[in-house]
Amino acid sequence: MGRYIIRRLLWVIFVLLVITLFTYLIFFKLPPGDPAVRFAGKQPTPESIAEVKKQFGLDKPFYVQYGRFVKRFFLGDQYGWPGLGFSFNTRSALRPIIVTRMVVTIQLALGAALVWLLLGIPIGVLSALRPRSLGDRLAMGFALFGVSAPVFWLGLIFLYLFWYIPAQHHWPLQSGLAAGSGYVPIGQGFFTWVNHMIMPWVVLALLFAAFYARMSRGNLIETMSEDYIRTARAKGLPERRVVVKHGLRASLTPVVTMFGMDLGTLLGGAIITETVFNLQGLGNYVIQSVRGSDFNAILDVTVVAAFFVTTMNLIVDIIYAFLDPRVRYS
Amino acid sequence: MAEPLLEVRHLKVHFPTSDGVVKAVDDVSFTIDRGETLGVVGESGSGKSVTFLTIMGLTNLKSARVEGEVLFQGVDLLKLPVEEMRNIRGSKMTMIFQDPLTSLHPFYKVGDQIVEAIRTHQHVSKREAMDMAVDMLRRVGIPKPDERAKQYPHEYSGGMRQRAMIAMALVLNPDLLIADEPTTALDVTVQAQILDLIDRLKEEFNAAVVMITHDLGVVAEHCDNIQVMYAGKAVEYGSARDIYYDAHMPYTWGLLQSITRIDETGEKERLKPIKGLPPSLIFVPPGCAFHPRCPYVFDRCKTEVPELLPTNGHHAAACHLSLADKERIFKEEVLQRA
Repeated sequence: MGRYIIRRLLWVIFVLLVITLFTYLIFFKLPPGDPAVRFAGKQPTPESIAEVKKQFGLDKPFYVQYGRFVKRFFLGDQYGWPGLGFSFNTRSALRPIIVTRMVVTIQLALGAALVWLLLGIPIGVLSALRPRSLGDRLAMGFALFGVSAPVFWLGLIFLYLFWYIPAQHHWPLQSGLAAGSGYVPIGQGFFTWVNHMIMPWVVLALLFAAFYARMSRGNLIETMSEDYIRTARAKGLPERRVVVKHGLRASLTPVVTMFGMDLGTLLGGAIITETVFNLQGLGNYVIQSVRGSDFNAILDVTVVAAFFVTTMNLIVDIIYAFLDPRVRYS
Repeated sequence: MAEPLLEVRHLKVHFPTSDGVVKAVDDVSFTIDRGETLGVVGESGSGKSVTFLTIMGLTNLKSARVEGEVLFQGVDLLKLPVEEMRNIRGSKMTMIFQDPLTSLHPFYKVGDQIVEAIRTHQHVSKREAMDMAVDMLRRVGIPKPDERAKQYPHEYSGGMRQRAMIAMALVLNPDLLIADEPTTALDVTVQAQILDLIDRLKEEFNAAVVMITHDLGVVAEHCDNIQVMYAGKAVEYGSARDIYYDAHMPYTWGLLQSITRIDETGEKERLKPIKGLPPSLIFVPPGCAFHPRCPYVFDRCKTEVPELLPTNGHHAAACHLSLADKERIFKEEVLQRA
């Protein structure tokens, strides 16, 4: 197991290198504009452009640039470890910016994850136990709506219903049932924080909740027709125990895999949700950076996102070995 | 005469589907006495498994229409409240299944699965239950049972898994063990071991056993009585001797002729299969359900359903042929090969 984890960690590093290489190629080689020109002032002279290029390290050949990036990333730079470089835009260290943004995104992702698990799995399980009942049909109707409704649309509808209308009609809650947008740290009071996060959580979670409801329903229905479920019933176990201990245990194991990967992806930034609700997270930042040709920032967010995805994958694989005794890594 | 352990009267299990009603079990009656081994033989879809799943209360009652009576120790199981049925299932009446790999839960240790069965029906501590489980694993012939109890099903071989299933089924000392094709998924050499084990434990536990199989050869030396089923009906019933040496139903003859055997002279003989396929249980042929496949069919078979009538003593067959014809054909054509 130990060896397996080490091998997988080395693999994570390799994947990160490949991803950064491609990001480098895409943003340093392909775009038509030269970032140095953009940042050299309103009426740049060739000298000032050359000066900016030198500052940004863009005067060196591509492979030297990439080599420098890898070196500073793994060994750290003047701003600390891991070396995330400086922003072309503000010419200040990216590390604190990335960390601040990451904190917001993590709160968004974890909160949403909690909502979609608490919503999706029970809905899926209840539908699976009463297939074709009214409840099942309603639940699957909800799931269809959830997977079809785009987040930007759903976000605006939520803002209209729970923020705009209450605010217009001066309902007792001054800022509406939920605060419209922006991020407030939890330090300013738990309820203020929840008030600001609740809509992004729910909107982001609905899509996933719908997927998870469908998935857990399908898995459980399939599991309940397994031979070992018949054995559990033949033992005379109460139906509740048959479902929970024998059915759910086996049917939710694949859900763990999905969950790890979805969470990993979200931790890299939920671009649309963050934009609709004006949350200063990683997704929001990467859009800003792409618009502003802030290459180091783009690269950093990419690395962070890739790190979360690959690490969550690794964690899921390790957890799986504990959940399913048939899986053993060597 | 003492009350039989299990008496099934006119059991019908019908499943309404959008294509029509599937008559999986259609008016089946039989009895099992204490200490008896009953073999139930038939092709896939003959209703043999559904009959016993229904007796165990394991058919989905939402989708099935069940009629008749299942008297177990004098109590009609079909009328019993769910909770009381659950108390009988798994303690007084237990069942093992065809494929022991898929029948054991892959995520739980074998010992724990047996403990769960024990603690569902008896108020004992986990430790006591585990001791019982280990002891039972030893009795079914699993070496190092205390270590084996801590292993998962996938760490067992096929035969060991079926032994573990048997241990789980017998640990509460049931009155009736239903074995649904217990050896079909196993190697031939292991099959004999498992059947001998069931025989031995039956004596030790003084239980009755139902052996469901599609292979008459398998049940030959292990059953007291044999019931042959076809298309949801019992078509012949008798002692093992009756069935093997004096069968009265063309379908049983077909089954007897399709047993693999190696001649003493080493002569290679082709198996003689029963021609055709089992009928659809929605559109069961009129008259005798077997008539489209029967080599001895005559007009009456196509219109009139033969009843399961006793021919001598408790040997009964559902066939319109005259007794003289049956005996002649059996001697001249079937025994020639058997």
